[in-house]
Amino acid sequence: MKDPYETLGVSRTASAKEIRAAYRKLAKENHPDLHPGDKAAESRFKEISAAYAILGDEEMRRRYDAGEIDATGAERPQQHEFYRTYADADSPFHTQEGFASAEDLEEFLAQAFGGFRGARGTRRRTEFRARGADLSYSLQVSFLEAANGATKTVTLPDGKTLNVTIPEGTEDRQTLRLKGQGGPGFGGGPPGDAYIEVHVQPHAFFERKDNNVHVTVPVTLKEAVLGAKIEVPTVRGVVSMTIPKNSNTGDTLRLRGQGIKDRRSGQMGHQYVKLKVVLPEGEEPELARFLESWTPKDQRNPRREMLR
Amino acid sequence: MMRIDELLATIRPLHREDLERWVQEAWVSALDEGGTLHFSDMECARVRLICTLRYDWEVEEESVPIILSLLDQLYETRRELNALAAAVARQSSEVREAILRAMQTRDDPAGD
Repeated sequence: MKDPYETLGVSRTASAKEIRAAYRKLAKENHPDLHPGDKAAESRFKEISAAYAILGDEEMRRRYDAGEIDATGAERPQQHEFYRTYADADSPFHTQEGFASAEDLEEFLAQAFGGFRGARGTRRRTEFRARGADLSYSLQVSFLEAANGATKTVTLPDGKTLNVTIPEGTEDRQTLRLKGQGGPGFGGGPPGDAYIEVHVQPHAFFERKDNNVHVTVPVTLKEAVLGAKIEVPTVRGVVSMTIPKNSNTGDTLRLRGQGIKDRRSGQMGHQYVKLKVVLPEGEEPELARFLESWTPKDQRNPRREMLR
Repeated sequence: MMRIDELLATIRPLHREDLERWVQEAWVSALDEGGTLHFSDMECARVRLICTLRYDWEVEEESVPIILSLLDQLYETRRELNALAAAVARQSSEVREAILRAMQTRDDPAGD
């Protein structure tokens, strides 16, 4: 006797509702009266019913989980015949010569219908030509590969390799569909598709928000106070940028069109450069001497908002 | 044959008023002998099937006749097919093989 959880295809922690839903789905798919041509439906249906007799009853399920009863513990053998037994037999020709049993009839029909009819009747015919399974993979790409586009080679579990084009502007968790690269079809059916979920790895200093790139750039005290032309990195390489006079930590400058291409509209995002003023490392006696004698124009306490 | 009270005793969730209504609506047939309904083995099996649909799977009452009608058509077709197949089986082996050959080379209605 099979494990009832396995029979119903539910986990051991499934709720009563989940068990009931699983039972109903399987029972409908396998009820012998709804599948008169399927000989095996009856044993499958009985197995499903027996599993549900245990798991569908709170007390029985508790006793089964506790090992007090085994999977046969609640098996109630079906005492009565199914409707199909009578409905199929109700024929004046049924016992006529030619077919000694129902199996002989099925055999004849199997030959007549080109061998497609099997244990599950005509259903097999549709299953015979089937589209292959869709397969899902995940793929890690770097921040810059996703931003600029790239071609990656993926090795599948079966050793086959797939070339995957990562389009410019691909977002984290975006799914790419590769038509016809899934599992092979059956009986001449078309293959399934491969779905690739792209995982974009974070970058050391670029951060993406929508199609804009945000980056924090350190500037020297001198560059901030006097203004300067500096070089900053973008996703497509280094560009020069002008820092205006009297810039400060937190000031944000925009580099127009230096962001990421929108994958739908094709419009370019921007890059936002946030400045961070850094002091030189080590001692600066000249600077210290200057500051001792320096009286700033703005004498306000920068912490005044915090101390109120 | 089973009396209505015997049948009701074997199917716990089945109520008398439900069953009597089903008989009235001709979902199942019963013999009325001296005011008591009697059901053949086949009709008892049909009642059990309706109970599965109605109580276990919660098929709505108005949907049941659609299912029964489709099932009746399915079984009727199967009986006709069986009768036809049995008639074929009584033919000589040349005729049987000719029919099988004709079946296998017939145009596929699905176009595949």
